Amino acid sequence: MARAAVLGRLSWRVADVVDVVEETSTARSLILDVPDWPGHRPGQHVDLRLTAEDGYSAQRSYSISSAPDGGRVELTVQRVEDGEVSPYLVDVVEPGDRFEVRGPVGGYFVWDPDDPAPVLLVAGGSGVVPLMAMIRTRGARGSPAPFRLIYSSRTPGTAVYRQELRVRAESNPGLEVAFAFTRVPSTATDAGRRRVGTDRLRESGWPPDLGPTCFVCGPTGFVESISRLLVDAGHDPARVLTERFGPTGG
Amino acid sequence: MSDTWVDGNGLAGALRELFAVDITTARGTCVGCGTVGPVAGARVYTRAPGVVARCPGCGGVLFRLVRGPDRAWLDLRGVTCLEIQVPDSG
Amino acid sequence: MNLPPGQYLVEDFPVLSAGPTPLVNLGSWTFTVRSETGEAQEWNWAQFLALPHESITVDLHCVTKWSKLGTAWEGVSLDTLLSDVASSAEFVLVSAYGGYTTNLPLEDLLDGKAWVADRYDGEALAPEHGGPARLLVPHLYLWKSAKWVRDIQLLNNDEPGFWESVGYHNYGDPWREQRYWGD
Repeated sequence: MARAAVLGRLSWRVADVVDVVEETSTARSLILDVPDWPGHRPGQHVDLRLTAEDGYSAQRSYSISSAPDGGRVELTVQRVEDGEVSPYLVDVVEPGDRFEVRGPVGGYFVWDPDDPAPVLLVAGGSGVVPLMAMIRTRGARGSPAPFRLIYSSRTPGTAVYRQELRVRAESNPGLEVAFAFTRVPSTATDAGRRRVGTDRLRESGWPPDLGPTCFVCGPTGFVESISRLLVDAGHDPARVLTERFGPTGG
Repeated sequence: MSDTWVDGNGLAGALRELFAVDITTARGTCVGCGTVGPVAGARVYTRAPGVVARCPGCGGVLFRLVRGPDRAWLDLRGVTCLEIQVPDSG
Repeated sequence: MNLPPGQYLVEDFPVLSAGPTPLVNLGSWTFTVRSETGEAQEWNWAQFLALPHESITVDLHCVTKWSKLGTAWEGVSLDTLLSDVASSAEFVLVSAYGGYTTNLPLEDLLDGKAWVADRYDGEALAPEHGGPARLLVPHLYLWKSAKWVRDIQLLNNDEPGFWESVGYHNYGDPWREQRYWGD
């Protein structure tokens, strides 16, 4: 993939909503058509801006969940309780609506599909979104890099892409997916164990001596805890990349 | 929830408005405590009249960004020497 | 309804901050006025509470464009706090717990124009809104009303504060829409 040297500075452009997908009762994917979209790298995000008639404007960042696909960009938005922007995006926005986006941006939390190193993806809640872009890009490119995803969510019902992840794990060679549900007792069927800790990372992750790249994304507390555990287990801190979705993701 | 911060990844867009390359991978040294790290690791407060990026080690201000209607101001006095990766032009 | 140019009305009270909320222990809280010659006058919390307080209702105008009208505060007038200070200084630099600073002409703190406020809407001022006490200077944009105020330094020469040094207007009159440098 050409490292498109996007010369010049980036500014806001108008995106059209062409489709919406109800992912869970609290999350929805918006499929956007963005003119002159230069393509994106898996893990990047966009800034999204809504402006009301009285001049009030609100801006939030949303990770791109799709593999590069021409001018088509998919964002998956989780409705945040008492959030300002997410309830509008999840409950109100319809195909035909438009808003401003700025992107793609982000050069730190990105996966290079030409890198053959094993990849560990650890997701907390909506932190799975940029990691899904990596999984989908890997699938589209037929990349051989071995991937392991550990996805922590409250319940099976709140885990986005669950069906797609199960299908991909069965059909994409070299992709393994493990779920951990924190609000479901461990005796229930089809439930992973509770919080992701040292044991889970060892069982479902990669040993440090394979030199994996680790992408950890989710709420701040989750990310700090997981990245500390990975470093304590011997992973190279320079290969533990993090993206924290703070409580501002509303 | 006044203690809301995002990490420096959230600054990527605002900085791409000013610079032609992504700055979030740039590494800098905090003037206050000497911690070295990528801009992506900064604690960024965005619910303010401007954007304030603070050191994850000592909380000191690394840099501030104010966006006016047709100008932007970037104060970098909390960082010594940013090392920025630029695509090879040679 | 008369709003300054470019503002819109809000009913809630947005919380904006340049950093983490400082946790200030009332047992160690002090407020200090320092003159340009180095003389200092300091109050601890009990002493501050014992000063004459006024009840005021003012409009707030934030440079991020929201305005909140008719807000009710209680606090000590800067006229009271500065009454024993001998000074010929023209400017002040206000400092807050947590490191925030803002600057103003001294005269903008006098003659009933400014308070150190410790109560909002009938209750003790919440930390997220600047408690235990904040500066309140309603005739200027709200960034001048430093939350978690700690001291006021009188100066002969103006010294730009936190936002004033990175693009925001040195004075900040909302009615002349003085948001940025050069406005």
